[in-house]
Amino acid sequence: MRAVFFLAALASVLAVLLICLFLFGNGVPALLKIGIFKFLAGQEWAPSDVPPLFGILPMIAGSLYVTACALILGVPVGILTAVFLARVCPPRLYRFLKPGVDLLAGIPSVVYGFFGMAALVPHFHSSILSAGILLGVMILPTMAGIAESALRAVPEHYYEGALALGAGHYRAVFRVILPAARSGVLAAVVLGMGRAVGETMAVIMVAGNQARMPNSIFQGVRTLTANIVMEMGYAAELHRGALIATGVVLFVFILLVNLCLSALNRRIT
Amino acid sequence: MNVFDITDLNLWYGKFQALQNINMSASEAEITALIGPSGCGKSTLLKTLNRMNDLVPGCRVTGSVCLSGMDIYGNLNVNDLRKRVGMVFQKPNPFPMSVYDNIAFGPRTHGVKSRYALDEAVENSLKAAAIWDEVKDRLRKSALGLSGGQQQRLCIARALAVKPEVLLLDEPTSALDPISTGKIEELLLELKNDYSIIIVTHNMQQATRISDQTAFFLLGEMIEYDSTEKIFSMPQDKRTEDYVTGRFG
Amino acid sequence: MKRISPSETFMAAITWAAALLTAGALLYIIGFILWRGVPYITPSLFAPVYNSINVSLLPALVSTVMMAVLSLSFALPLGIGAAVYLAEYARRGNRAVRLIRLAAETLAGIPSIVYGLFGMLFFVVWLGWDFSLLAGSCTLAIMILPLLLRSGEEALLSVPDSYREGSFALGAGKLRTVFRIVLPAAIPGVLAGVVLAVGRIAGETAALIYTAGTVAQIPPDVFASARTLSVHMYALSREGLHTNEGYATAVVLLLVVIGINVIAARIAGKIGGAHERV
Repeated sequence: MRAVFFLAALASVLAVLLICLFLFGNGVPALLKIGIFKFLAGQEWAPSDVPPLFGILPMIAGSLYVTACALILGVPVGILTAVFLARVCPPRLYRFLKPGVDLLAGIPSVVYGFFGMAALVPHFHSSILSAGILLGVMILPTMAGIAESALRAVPEHYYEGALALGAGHYRAVFRVILPAARSGVLAAVVLGMGRAVGETMAVIMVAGNQARMPNSIFQGVRTLTANIVMEMGYAAELHRGALIATGVVLFVFILLVNLCLSALNRRIT
Repeated sequence: MNVFDITDLNLWYGKFQALQNINMSASEAEITALIGPSGCGKSTLLKTLNRMNDLVPGCRVTGSVCLSGMDIYGNLNVNDLRKRVGMVFQKPNPFPMSVYDNIAFGPRTHGVKSRYALDEAVENSLKAAAIWDEVKDRLRKSALGLSGGQQQRLCIARALAVKPEVLLLDEPTSALDPISTGKIEELLLELKNDYSIIIVTHNMQQATRISDQTAFFLLGEMIEYDSTEKIFSMPQDKRTEDYVTGRFG
Repeated sequence: MKRISPSETFMAAITWAAALLTAGALLYIIGFILWRGVPYITPSLFAPVYNSINVSLLPALVSTVMMAVLSLSFALPLGIGAAVYLAEYARRGNRAVRLIRLAAETLAGIPSIVYGLFGMLFFVVWLGWDFSLLAGSCTLAIMILPLLLRSGEEALLSVPDSYREGSFALGAGKLRTVFRIVLPAAIPGVLAGVVLAVGRIAGETAALIYTAGTVAQIPPDVFASARTLSVHMYALSREGLHTNEGYATAVVLLLVVIGINVIAARIAGKIGGAHERV
């Protein structure tokens, strides 16, 4: 029976191997045919031109801009919310706020997308800013949750020690507890970044999806994830390969983020 | 007649030797008490008797432990051994299920399926553990709702339900109040007519009240083993004397 | 009276402001969706068959339930089996264990669109299942596997060792102890994981568009295409003709998600007190 349980446990390993095999197997040939440099650094994405152009630099830039925007807006609020939940919130308020934050994490991407289309797009158009604000809200609960547990894991005597030296409550929290939990808080930010880069549906609905290099945050932009969903429905041959290769780029980026995360988590324990 | 014969028993946890050259035997229909300060190896010895020490990683045993003449570290199925040698733990550990299912778990494990036989086993063991009257109206309710003393008697009943030959008890009253402790001691004196009992205890009064034989342990060695009366009135070894008169850790 | 320094006041202000902002965002989003959607919830929205006039969400609702049941029936045995291996059998620090943990962590971080791509390449094309309930649910099964594994393992580890000892001491074997004592005691934790997984499935879109397809019907069998509520909403937003019905659908989806969260919180609350008396 031990063997049966072991096999069940190996399912995860098998799944990762299959995902790598099929993604790389289908994406890398197209990548090589287009040329790695032309693909990654090409500024033109024109699959129906003759000859077609497959440069995904605009999408890489799009993903980075949108993610950066989401982090700038989401990280401060997320961490401060975590501080509030872990160290400030009165217990009676916590009973409502904590489930609320969990709910925020549970709202489906499409619902966020619908909200963004009607509440953000009329003010900020379909743009990097709209997508950034929406993503900032979406990654906020994830970051707040992880950072909160990191803050709670800090031994109580750190706080007491700070108070004993005459620090006020907030000073103790911000100058002693928060720095002591910095690895966990950083892990929360990295996780939020991974979520932002990988988010698809909400971004498609508010970012405009134009495959061009953006000049300002008020312009529309297309992310790597959007590129796949937008065109996979009708793409064929090399175009299809190029979309899968886009998925490969995204996958490799996420693997790197995961690597950072597990390194951080190892430092925490 | 001896139920247990222990010869040249040594036990290591990794590199640490927890038991050194133990030689002793326990007689049928008697209560044998194992006493000694914390960390002296008495609980460890108890666990070697139903091989619960198998669960501890890095545990190694040499020598032999014979149950009615059969080496339990030889060709014996460990689950059969534990059916014959029941155990009750320091902290009551009822399973998170009904009183009935707690008691029936053992018989079911060993293949009893008939409803009638299970009912009978449950009633008999609860009666034998002197808790029947307190729980007969709530057999279907969770065992976690019982008081600590009731939980411990339930655990004794649970051990009895598989019809063991020997009952091992590891400080069974250390987590209980004096009244519950008294009830359990009374129960053990009654049970000794039908079962051989080996009990680890911290409480020397308890050992004198209920046991027939007493073994004193110190730092993994058995210092002295004799009738309880002798151990407490005229011990042969200075260290035993120091301990039973309270001059020792 | 104790004097409070200005910096202390400032830190208090930004902390409260952030919490207020988070709570405000939640209330605004939920309020907004309700405000836009509730007026358009009509009986025709729940007609048994979808057409472009009634824009019924019922087929999508049924498909969502079928998708969740099917995905869980694949993922739950694997997740629990893996959790049992890690919590009850494996030795700490063993190389296989580290590999399994690494794989599970990796799976947990992969974005849903990558799952969608993989599902399309493997289940839809390579295995030839086409866009189908089966391909979609297999894709989602892999996606929720790490979640079930982690919650299952935590639930098993929180079962006190005294239960295991008690069972072994009665002569029960390892397997009987796991199935009759440890797993039943871990059910609340496992259930909490299942509820979260259902939430992920109900909210998933990107992994399903190119695996389960977007046909708005109650699928007659597992090889037929089906769109879940989330996919249905996305399809409505793309068409741009039925935005109001889209918001009404969003209300239903939101209620489903809130319901799931309430159940999860209830279960989590129960777990907190479950093993206290032992």
